[in-house]
Amino acid sequence: MRVGLVCPYTWDVPGGVQAHVHDLATALLALGHDVSVITPADDDAPLPPYVVSAGRAVPVPYNGSVARLAFGVLSLGRVRRWLREGAFDVVHVHEPAAPSLSLLATWAADVPIVATFHTSVSRSRAMAAAYSILQTALEKISGRIAVSEAARRTLVEHLGGDAVLIPNGVQVSAFATARPLPDWPGDGGAIGFLGRIDEPRKGFPVLLEAFQLLAAQRPGLRLLVAGPGDTDEAHKSLPEELRSRVRLLGLVSDADKARMLRSVDLFVAPNTGGESFGIVLLEAMAAQTPVLASDLDAFRVVLDDGEAGALFATGDAAALAEAAGALLDDRDRRARLAASGARRALDYDWSTVARDIVRVYETVAHSSVRTATVPRQGR
Amino acid sequence: MPWWFWLLVAFIVVASYVGATSNRLDRLHARLDAAWAALDAQLVRRSAVTLEIAASGLLDPATSVLLASAAHEARASSGDGREIGESELTGALRAAFTDPDVAATLAADPSGVELLHELDAAVIKVPLARRFYNDAVRATLAVRRHRVVRWLRLAGRVPPPRFFEMDDEPAARLGVK
Repeated sequence: MRVGLVCPYTWDVPGGVQAHVHDLATALLALGHDVSVITPADDDAPLPPYVVSAGRAVPVPYNGSVARLAFGVLSLGRVRRWLREGAFDVVHVHEPAAPSLSLLATWAADVPIVATFHTSVSRSRAMAAAYSILQTALEKISGRIAVSEAARRTLVEHLGGDAVLIPNGVQVSAFATARPLPDWPGDGGAIGFLGRIDEPRKGFPVLLEAFQLLAAQRPGLRLLVAGPGDTDEAHKSLPEELRSRVRLLGLVSDADKARMLRSVDLFVAPNTGGESFGIVLLEAMAAQTPVLASDLDAFRVVLDDGEAGALFATGDAAALAEAAGALLDDRDRRARLAASGARRALDYDWSTVARDIVRVYETVAHSSVRTATVPRQGR
Repeated sequence: MPWWFWLLVAFIVVASYVGATSNRLDRLHARLDAAWAALDAQLVRRSAVTLEIAASGLLDPATSVLLASAAHEARASSGDGREIGESELTGALRAAFTDPDVAATLAADPSGVELLHELDAAVIKVPLARRFYNDAVRATLAVRRHRVVRWLRLAGRVPPPRFFEMDDEPAARLGVK
């Protein structure tokens, strides 16, 4: 199948949408499809062979922050040419409500269009103001995909209509083969945490409280933390006796994230709410590290009700300490959880997710033969 | 400027607005037809492959009869009855494939595994196609409600499209990838 993917944000700037488009393109190519991606990019930026540049993106204030977007006559011209030369069976646009390439492609394309909605916002002024302009373009989309229940709700509330839910994929192999950091996990055992340390809903304070309880009984136990936030400040605020046993890596690259997840005996996700999906759990599971998570609904689903990872009562530091202690003492149970977790993670591997997305392409692309009669009211 | 000039300008503005709206409606009707064709095709494919599985002789006679009659009913149903017929086929498939042995029996046979894959694809694509169709219906109805469309009867004499409501919750995993 000839697929054209449209990425609205600058290719070489790290971001969730760009990563999604890159991973999807790679997985589609591996499945044997013809893929071309159009994206804003600097003229001298090195691009993979399947990526076409639509020119530089311009930083503009949009929806409360500054975004780098591509729009205007030049971009539209390049999108038109790309569409003409690509002769695609289906065009897959990402984030089509943002005023960038995806919206232009939706406007210009005359082949079936699939769109993926990534953002979940509670209220978007920009979307509300542009509603009627967007509506005319978005009407052309034949199949809509949302990456999370929250993104789907945003779409339903702001733009109307519905979407099918296909979550983001995980590059399982990248996590499964990463090398642990030197000198980790160590003989005394190690616990890992990933996420913003200064965002209370990620639950870092709960983990610290539990770690204090555990550390008192386990002299060798250490804590490895990766994620943005003021690490110096956080390190100073730790109790004196724990400072040498907690390592704060700060914001890490994707490669280091995979290595960090492979460096611990137990990965803990103590989130207290607000998680719509729990991609971090899947990444730890893909790294074959056993997972202990708070029993939020979203986590319960990913962990297959405790089969693919252990659960504890949300926000309860004592329960966390007890469950973590039991797991650290039980090597066999950890191995079993790691194995079932790794199996579960394969369900969310990009190869599986890309297959689901191809089914959407087939549903909208093969329907150009119109023989059946639409059911009408009163008939 | 003479008065007729302004009249002409007003006429052109109104005419191009009506033209654009009419275009929009045409495009939506085309999308609606395509979305329905896709849904219809997936439903037909699903009942066809179910019938083939029932007739393959690979499954026990009770399951085969259950599947065959549900698939036949679904295919024979039309109009309002279609939603019920197709929902009942969903129910029958769910009932038949609750037992993982059924899928395993089919998977053990070279022709059976092909049928199983086909059924799996159809069972997953029906809800996709139905959601896309209902989304097209909603978009079409929204434009048909516009005043310009109603007053000038841009939608012609075609009655408004109907949503297609059915139970399409897939059977427990058929166990194939």
